Amino acid sequence: MNSEGSRQPREIVMPGDLLEGEKLKPGAGTYVSDGKIFAALLGIKSVKSNYVNIIPLSGRYIPAVGDSVIGKVEDIGPSNWLIDINSPYPAPLHVNEVPWRVEFGDTARYMNVGDVILAKVLMVDETMRVQVTMKDQGLRKLQGGQIIEVSPSKVPRVIGKSGSMIQMIKGYTNCRIFVGQNGRIWLDGEVDNIMHGIKAIQMIEQDAHSHGLTEKVKAYLEQVSGQTAPRTE
Amino acid sequence: MAEPIMSEIKKGHIHKLLSTGKRVDGRALDEYREIKIETNYIESAQGSARVRLGNTDVLVGVKMEVGKPFEDTPDRGVLTTNTELIPLASPTFEAGPPDAGAIELARVIDRGIRESEMIDLQKLCIKHGEEVWINFLDIYVLDYDGNLFDACFLGAIAALRTTMVPAKENDKGEDYPMPLRHLPIQTTVVKIENSILFDPTLDEEKVAEARLTVTTDENGDLRAMQKGLTGAFTLDEVKQVIDASLRVSKDLRNLMV
Amino acid sequence: MSGMTTDIDLIDDNGIRIDGRKADELRPLKIEAGVLKRADGSAYVEWGKNKVLAAVYGPRECHPRHMQNPAKAIVQCKYNMLSFSVSDRKRPGPDRRSIEISKIISEALEYVVFTENYPRASIDVYIEVLQANAGTRCAGLTAASVALADAGIPMKDLVPAVAIGKADGQIVLDLNKEEDNYGNADLPIAMIPRTGEVLLMQMDGHMTMEEFDQALEYGKKACQMVYDVQKDALRRRYSVQAGNGDADDEQSQNNNSEA
Repeated sequence: MNSEGSRQPREIVMPGDLLEGEKLKPGAGTYVSDGKIFAALLGIKSVKSNYVNIIPLSGRYIPAVGDSVIGKVEDIGPSNWLIDINSPYPAPLHVNEVPWRVEFGDTARYMNVGDVILAKVLMVDETMRVQVTMKDQGLRKLQGGQIIEVSPSKVPRVIGKSGSMIQMIKGYTNCRIFVGQNGRIWLDGEVDNIMHGIKAIQMIEQDAHSHGLTEKVKAYLEQVSGQTAPRTE
Repeated sequence: MAEPIMSEIKKGHIHKLLSTGKRVDGRALDEYREIKIETNYIESAQGSARVRLGNTDVLVGVKMEVGKPFEDTPDRGVLTTNTELIPLASPTFEAGPPDAGAIELARVIDRGIRESEMIDLQKLCIKHGEEVWINFLDIYVLDYDGNLFDACFLGAIAALRTTMVPAKENDKGEDYPMPLRHLPIQTTVVKIENSILFDPTLDEEKVAEARLTVTTDENGDLRAMQKGLTGAFTLDEVKQVIDASLRVSKDLRNLMV
Repeated sequence: MSGMTTDIDLIDDNGIRIDGRKADELRPLKIEAGVLKRADGSAYVEWGKNKVLAAVYGPRECHPRHMQNPAKAIVQCKYNMLSFSVSDRKRPGPDRRSIEISKIISEALEYVVFTENYPRASIDVYIEVLQANAGTRCAGLTAASVALADAGIPMKDLVPAVAIGKADGQIVLDLNKEEDNYGNADLPIAMIPRTGEVLLMQMDGHMTMEEFDQALEYGKKACQMVYDVQKDALRRRYSVQAGNGDADDEQSQNNNSEA
């Protein structure tokens, strides 16, 4: 079992691998057959409170209620916009779920194809019909800056424990940064700083689970920013 | 399925960088991405090459068989070029016969090779009016990240340069290397607002207004050109592109040594 | 089986085949995972002289729409041979053989993929044979299985496949081109080693029941060997990323951050 601060070698498991352990219960990314627990995904084995979960190393974004996502308007209807949230399922945004009062047929006046928004996943049903909303704190249309995409499985690492990694990048680059659960990341600031922020994120994506990653990213950011410590607001 | 529309943000970022002469991946406007070429990649082909241009990856094969010449050219071998944009290479490529884009790609590459007289087709005549060598140049795109024109062209010339005519298994004597006369080099640029960029990435292609492909030979002469997309080049820009192409093609030519 | 005949001995008096192998030996097999950038998952297999590339896109929206299944994802596999992959150039486009092979591979993969996780979606698998030398459908399925894992698709297990045949009256494992053309039987089979479940099987030729049993024994052992190579390919691809980690990547999935 992993404990805080311990450096356990990461065990990669793949579909069909038997997951053994006393009193283990099947968690995410596993399946049960003949009373035994097996891995269903290519990922890293992780045990928490007796539940064995597989942290995926790859895979597309599958929407979950409450996720903050960065979406792109891909189509417009008279009473909704269709949002591409980089998942197998298109997500409609209804006129009732935006901060403006939109008349029927007037949708194009507020947002058009190609616009980028920060939204939240409102609903996902059993047949994977998804709906998103912009009616929440901080949700809005995004403008300027740059967007990049990383594998959704790397998002937790980009954010870091309690946001530590992303705060560090923000501090050194003075950029505003939104990280969507769907793997899309928006950065805004001075052009050169944006490029540095992107480079730092790409470093994390490459080496997500390796030892000393935080130090490596910090060293890079110190070097390109000329700062010895991240600026804090 | 067409490429999904690029977000306004990504578009804006590309334009913003270009206004100061910069590109998203840090390259200069006339710089090519890293190029890797492997020849003799496929044993079952008489000539073959796999080319990686940045993340774009293409595989080209040359198959030769004995056949009848065309009536109007009874003393020449035949070249036929085909390009397949297979679904493996991009979420936007659909299975099925080549679409207009794939056909344009094949014809532009074919034109560059044919008009430059790269292959000495007369040396591929076995019996006047009856038997000549038929060359099938088949190009497959394996991974699409922009500039298929140049990746495929590099693959085609690399494959042709290392092709061995299979005379022995066809009872036409000993095998010999494909007879070549000239070495064409092709470059492609796109125009984004007022900037001209060589070797566009996928994202740069998505915001490009116009595209110009130029093929020149080892003597610096023009052999083929193709303007694409719905925008326009001024005459000055065209001359500018041709000059730049001659300069840039020198480095590409060195890859073929 | 093509019914062709030859004067050459496919197996000599010492039980050695024309490529130097013994009856129960596999051709050299190499697998690389994650070789393409745009595909969600991919794998490249070199098996003897076969060169096969597999790519996975998905789960993604199901096209054509009418094929959508509201309860689960569908697995659509397309097997294709490149024009220059064979001695006599093959015209591009699907032929009846490719369509049949596509179907049986789709069916094998559908068995192991947890399709219920992705209603209404499609998991598209593309197998392209770059160079062929007998056993391409087995190499293709082997590659496709690795590509699916590389794409993060949840599955019961990886699926190895191999062909067993009969040459000069003897059961031989993993036919090469000559043995396939001039031999007496061809039995491609895909089997999950742990459970012994057979997901793909075809046979053509002539075998006695005893010969079939022996072929199955060869197949079982070989599938385990292929399976090990598949796992090794995935491990190598991701081990650079995994390494020794800090404990701080164990936080909850729902952390998000705003400016």
